Amino acid sequence: MVHDNEQLEFQAQELLARYKGRPLTNKERLAIPVQDMPTQKADERVLNMSEVALGYTEAQVQVESFRCLQCANAPCVKGCPVRIDIPRFIAKAAEGDYAASVAVIKESSMLPSICGRVCPQESQCQEFCTVGRSLKTVDKAVSIGRIERYVADWESVHGQRSIPEIAAPTGYKVGVVGSGPASMTAAADLRRAGHEVVMFEALHKAGGVLVYGIPEFRLPKRIVQDELDTLLSMGVHIERNFLVGRTAKLSDLMEREGFDALFIGSGAGLPKFLDIEGENLIGVFSANEYLTRSNLMKAYDRNKAGTPLYGSHKVAVFGGGNVAMDAARTARRLGAEEVSIIYRRTEDEMPARKEEVGHAKEEGVRFLYLHAPTRILGDEKGRVAKVELISCVLGEPDASGRRSPVEIPGSEALHEFDTVIVAIGNASNPLIEKTTKGLDVNRRGNIIVDEETCATSMKGVYAGGDIVLGAATVILAMGQGRKAAKAMNEYLATLGEDG
Amino acid sequence: MFKILAKEKLSPEVFRMVLLAPNIARERKAGQFIILQQGGDYSERIPLTIADADSDAGSITIIFQAVGETTHQLATLEPGESIANVLGPLGQPTHIEKYGKVVCVGGGVGVAPMHPIAQAMKKAGNEVKIIMGARNKSLIVMEKEMAAIADELIICTDDGSYGRKSLVTEPLKELCETWKPDLVVAIGPPIMMKFCTATTRPFNVPTMVSLNTIMIDGTGMCGGCRVSINGKVKFVCVDGPEFDAFAVDWDNLMMRLGTYKPQEQDAHHKCHVGLQIKEGEA
Ligand SMILES: Cc1cc2nc3c(=O)[nH]c(=O)nc-3n(C[C@H](O)[C@H](O)[C@H](O)COP(=O)(O)OP(=O)(O)OC[C@H]3O[C@@H](n4cnc5c(N)ncnc54)[C@H](O)[C@@H]3O)c2cc1C
Ligand SMILES: Cc1cc2nc3c(=O)[nH]c(=O)nc-3n(C[C@H](O)[C@H](O)[C@H](O)COP(=O)(O)OP(=O)(O)OC[C@H]3O[C@@H](n4cnc5c(N)ncnc54)[C@H](O)[C@@H]3O)c2cc1C
Ligand code: SF4
Ligand code: SF4
Ligand code: FES
Repeated sequence: MVHDNEQLEFQAQELLARYKGRPLTNKERLAIPVQDMPTQKADERVLNMSEVALGYTEAQVQVESFRCLQCANAPCVKGCPVRIDIPRFIAKAAEGDYAASVAVIKESSMLPSICGRVCPQESQCQEFCTVGRSLKTVDKAVSIGRIERYVADWESVHGQRSIPEIAAPTGYKVGVVGSGPASMTAAADLRRAGHEVVMFEALHKAGGVLVYGIPEFRLPKRIVQDELDTLLSMGVHIERNFLVGRTAKLSDLMEREGFDALFIGSGAGLPKFLDIEGENLIGVFSANEYLTRSNLMKAYDRNKAGTPLYGSHKVAVFGGGNVAMDAARTARRLGAEEVSIIYRRTEDEMPARKEEVGHAKEEGVRFLYLHAPTRILGDEKGRVAKVELISCVLGEPDASGRRSPVEIPGSEALHEFDTVIVAIGNASNPLIEKTTKGLDVNRRGNIIVDEETCATSMKGVYAGGDIVLGAATVILAMGQGRKAAKAMNEYLATLGEDG
Repeated sequence: MFKILAKEKLSPEVFRMVLLAPNIARERKAGQFIILQQGGDYSERIPLTIADADSDAGSITIIFQAVGETTHQLATLEPGESIANVLGPLGQPTHIEKYGKVVCVGGGVGVAPMHPIAQAMKKAGNEVKIIMGARNKSLIVMEKEMAAIADELIICTDDGSYGRKSLVTEPLKELCETWKPDLVVAIGPPIMMKFCTATTRPFNVPTMVSLNTIMIDGTGMCGGCRVSINGKVKFVCVDGPEFDAFAVDWDNLMMRLGTYKPQEQDAHHKCHVGLQIKEGEA
């Protein structure tokens, strides 16, 4: 998928001239080729942290919008966790009315510029798209996410960022724990209803994984900052450097500090390790640590940053999800000459977004499928020197429906690496649960909530996002934040009736 | 913003700072720490123990040694200025109870984190003997405060410029033989804690240490602070910082502390140039 951005624009202009301003038959629509995303060239982008995907041009967004059949039953909508009215926003984009288009999205989603970039569209909205189904591959579905990104970005450049209307003060005070997408959404909806809203974030910067985890080259931090600025201008108070459970307990907030309700969106921030020999050697990092150093602490800016970076040349990344891709691509940008993704199954089972896998390959990341690490060996100073990998074959499908890897005895072999990044997933951080009596969690430590209301086992306390779902997605976190806020607004209204 | 209320130079490289941080002052217990970041996009987050706190005044005290780039920069700040980010109190509080006879060993700037623990141990009704050690006289800090708590205070310096000329392990061994403590708490450089552990082990005296690993978030999110305790991975920021000394894999801990040594030496060199401190002076 190497392409020239100018060529993409030229092609789009041609198509636009051919199809604009007249009614199109479904056959014609189906014949329009997918508009590819213009990107920075691979050899240039591995030398910088700037965004890889540059966004559609206006011609491209119109042509891509022409591809939508405006299906009456709109199967795409059921693939979107927050049920954005996809045909309606695409129709507006096709007309060139981007303000109206983004307004349609904002009826359902708070964060289109973010979701347009990071949603796993091919397994959500785009998976069900009739165009993709007709053309027999999801790769040819309407690029819903890219259109979404275009209109959201258009708004931030051309539009007046409207501050949502705030209802008259209710006198209720609501706390929101964490500042990731679940909490940002809940805070906005709660504030809109007229409550006083205080957001508590443990780190020194708000935004959750969007800021400390997902790298700049995939999601510019300026975009997250814009969303946080909107919250601030709505009057949401963001209290950083506040770890609920330590700086104050949940019960202190309710009983002493006078919060009438709380939303917990504390995420799934506990890195998992493999528990293999050598995992505590120097040069073994969790993806969270590796990415946090680079993103949150800006350690990639070597001339300015106070936080040190490990000097890596040959990096092994364990895992096959978005987190692994982000870590591998970050390692390339931080100067590692050779970066390998080590994954137990094959490319087909890999949970990472296709587009990110493609980008990683273009950037020279190597993929070693059907291999599992068995131990890490160090040199005399305790630094990573080698990794032992065992070969696998695919066996029977497991509980997740994916074929599970079966190790081939005796196939162990040593490979030279100086750095290992463990990106095999995150579990939920147990701090709040451990410091709060009466908050029910499941076996995995996820907070148990009512599916409809996101209410927890504690009166007035709601929860959503990764702390409930396990490591999930931005849009699912956002959806739960919204659901919880609605239920919380209703709950607070009943308090009034009691006097 | 966390305002600096007071600052004092305790020795050429050790500083005491009082910060306005009412939430932390109210909640903190002996053994807990903070993570601070001086502000802006680029500053490092570093952990420091809460050496003292005044919940009425809403203030906490930190005592730190200028060892590298960040702590040197911190040392240039003056009362009236502010630190942008202070998170805490972090970690598990020290388990305080009436053990009977307690020996507290503080090495170098480790005396600072020892202070609130010794205080709490005393208050809980323990007999408390304190051993303080440093390379030389100028590095002995908080002598007065510790003397006020201790039933007996033993000071050692490596070069004999003050107190007894010995390592802290010598008087520790003697106390184990003669006084037979019920608990030893040791805080200081890892190598000191490792040797204190080796000293108390033959006597089977329960020994507690406070580990100072590399940290980033301090909330359990990164795993950078992990240590091996009885062969199991623990996170110092949430499971610690205090652990049973006999369960700690000291060699691994000390090895991991050297992760960024080459990079730090480079930064340290830069910062000395920037602050116009001659190498060796600070
Ligand atoms: C590297 C990486 C890449 C990813 N890529 C994608 C992607 O491409 N697409 C996608 O859809 N999803 C992706 N995800 C997943 C997605 O980021 C998460 O599902 C989403 O951010 C969860 O949102 P949240 O609001 O539940 O929590 P988070 O974003 O995790 O935010 C939780 C916040 O709460 C704070 N906090 C925790 N405990 C406390 C406490 N006790 N007191 C105060 N604050 C606290 C944390 O510091 C954190 O800032 C990725 C995740 C990672 C790690
Ligand atoms: C829970 C905890 C509590 C702490 N409490 C205190 C305290 O009360 N007072 C205090 O002065 N320090 C304390 N420390 C150590 C302090 O965090 C480090 O000295 C500081 O991070 C060094 O930062 P720097 O950028 O100035 O130095 P760097 O440039 O990072 O390091 C300079 C030199 O110091 C060594 N060093 C770095 N980090 C540590 C460390 N964590 N422990 C020992 N040596 C280290 C390096 O190996 C290097 O040789 C504590 C650490 C932890 C984990
Ligand atoms: S929010 Fe995500 S799933 Fe929903 S329409 Fe947008 S890209 Fe698709
Ligand atoms: S399914 Fe595809 S073609 Fe149909 S409305 Fe949705 S986006 Fe358009
Ligand atoms: S400092 Fe990150 S987990 Fe302990």
